[in-house]
Amino acid sequence: MSKKVGIPRALFYYQYIPLWRTFFEELGAEIVVSDYTSKRILDDGVKSCVDEACLPIKLFHGHVLNLKDRVDYLFIPRFTSVSKNEYICPKFGGLPDMVRHTFKGLPEIIDTEINLRKSAKNALEAALDIGSRFTGSRMAIKRAFHKAQKDYLRFRQMLKEGKLPEDFCGREKQRPLVRQAGNRMLNIAVIGHVYNLYDSYINMELLDKLRNNGVNIITIDMIDEEIINEKCGTLPKRMFWNFGRKAIGSVMHILDRDDIDGVIYLMSFGCGIDSFICDLAERKVRRESNIPFIVLTIDEHSGEAGMNTRIEAFLDMIRWRHKDENNISAYG
Amino acid sequence: MKITFPHMGNTYITAKAMLDDLGLDYVIPPSNSRMTLELGTKYAPELACLPLKINIGNYLQAYEQGADTIIITGGCGPCRFGYYCEMHREILKDLGCDMEIITLEWPDKGLPEFLRRIKKLAGSINPLKLAKVIKNVTQVALQVDELERLTFRTRPREMEKGSTDKIYKAFHKKVLEASGSREIKQVIRETAKQLSSIALDEEKKPLKVGIVGEIYTTIDSHTNFEIEALLGNMGIEVHRAVTVSGWIVEHMLKKALNIPRDMRYAEAAKPYLGKMIGGHAQETIGNTVLYARQGFDGVIQIYPLTCMPEIVAESILPAIERDYGIPILTLIIDEMTGEAGYLTRVEAFADLLKRRRERPSIGKDWALSGS
Repeated sequence: MSKKVGIPRALFYYQYIPLWRTFFEELGAEIVVSDYTSKRILDDGVKSCVDEACLPIKLFHGHVLNLKDRVDYLFIPRFTSVSKNEYICPKFGGLPDMVRHTFKGLPEIIDTEINLRKSAKNALEAALDIGSRFTGSRMAIKRAFHKAQKDYLRFRQMLKEGKLPEDFCGREKQRPLVRQAGNRMLNIAVIGHVYNLYDSYINMELLDKLRNNGVNIITIDMIDEEIINEKCGTLPKRMFWNFGRKAIGSVMHILDRDDIDGVIYLMSFGCGIDSFICDLAERKVRRESNIPFIVLTIDEHSGEAGMNTRIEAFLDMIRWRHKDENNISAYG
Repeated sequence: MKITFPHMGNTYITAKAMLDDLGLDYVIPPSNSRMTLELGTKYAPELACLPLKINIGNYLQAYEQGADTIIITGGCGPCRFGYYCEMHREILKDLGCDMEIITLEWPDKGLPEFLRRIKKLAGSINPLKLAKVIKNVTQVALQVDELERLTFRTRPREMEKGSTDKIYKAFHKKVLEASGSREIKQVIRETAKQLSSIALDEEKKPLKVGIVGEIYTTIDSHTNFEIEALLGNMGIEVHRAVTVSGWIVEHMLKKALNIPRDMRYAEAAKPYLGKMIGGHAQETIGNTVLYARQGFDGVIQIYPLTCMPEIVAESILPAIERDYGIPILTLIIDEMTGEAGYLTRVEAFADLLKRRRERPSIGKDWALSGS
């Protein structure tokens, strides 16, 4: 019988699932992904995690609880860094320890360290370590890893073309763009961590709501890495967070374009990185342009009505601008 | 050029010694107060951690006194502190505060950039003199921390309550009047002598509490409502492993000179937190284990709201509490923290520790008093 590997549907699931899925399946393991985020999972997470943690971490705990009794392994790698010379949030590095000391009776945790800060080659090292639990053949692991990488690159390409992970990771849904009569499509950049952006329960279907309101969504996954790096090269101090670099680079790129109608920054309450990046982004946008900018903060008890009101008001404001203000001469 | 720097507990003494020795013009911002925090809270992002807010308050208060250049240290993540300098720059820029920020860290561009920053600060300086200044300043930092440790010892044992606080308060006044590391060391020596002459109750076996957590909130006594004096005056001896001099010696000097660092805490933390994850999380975990092994009665963790590494530590601490049977209290501080609620929690914790110590003497069938 093949071994079951549990993957919580939270945090980096949204960034790496094709890589993980192919890798484990090539090694003959069975993948069990936790259920889609629900009220129950969120409540479980909030109850078991320390109060001060941010929403995505609490949610992760909920997903672990959802999985723990039906798998042989829990896949919670220790992410220290996912790119050269850059870090991610420190909580990712401590995540396996947080989970281990919070719950009792957990299955074995695969907590291999993934640290690409010094060299990207460490990814293969990590893969070999993880794979050794399933097969003794290094060749087989390498083969699985290369195949997984290919699938991952395909996944990145699809994200770049504007598809969402949910569109091709199970929950197939037809998500046509809705064009509103008499209104032109709006181009709105939505900046946020993948795990806030692509978890439609936790962001209260923000992306669907925007699409249904005739909005073309631009995410940071759709912006060329090279453009981002070029823009970030102009910062006085190198941004040392992977997400921070991408977000700030994207915002700076957006300021150069003239087809963006607005910027939405989706942040979760208590996120350390967002608290800085969001503020830097907002200052840049306000200083250098007149593009409308809104911050939507989510936490475990945000009400959906309040969220809707803010989104609608933001879109109305942009449309009124187009309708009314464009006809007024700047000189009165 | 008039230099200023952010406050962090007694760090100002070390910074003052350095700037005096280098012969630079500077302003020490008024010591941290409600006003400082209010100023900072007004202009800093809402969810930023507390030290950033207090720093902004320090700068604005120093700006009023004519400061135009800020020196701070930096880093390269993953803790937010590494990006403080840029946040400061942006916030001050939008406020129209024309201040230059010089970050003392190892820049990406390497040695030439670092030398450029030093030169900007100190002009052309003889490397020999610089080495001497570094040596003297490190000594000052070590001695200040030594002095502080002495107060931790005398406070719970003093016969006449308040004598330590009186001497220590006077020390802060006197040190501001001294100039240069030599005079400052003199003041420290005199104060140490005064402290040693306090009449102590040597028989007393005070409860022992270790302080762990994020460096700023544990070191800065205004931010943590003077937790060390508070506990000391309740008759509890405190110990804090993370110090300014420790940071200078371990993180700066030993790193620069490639000397192996003191990693006992990392060893102790291993079963709970296997890796360094930034900030002081590993120190928090490791030192808690060390305190437990050394027979401390309790541990208090302090950190500012939303501090990423300490949240990880906080969620692991209960496991240590369970394994070693040592009570741990976590205190989280932000601009909304009220003193009364804070005091109540600390007092309740102190009571708990006292009762625990009495427990064995009551015997096995102990019960809470009154029941």
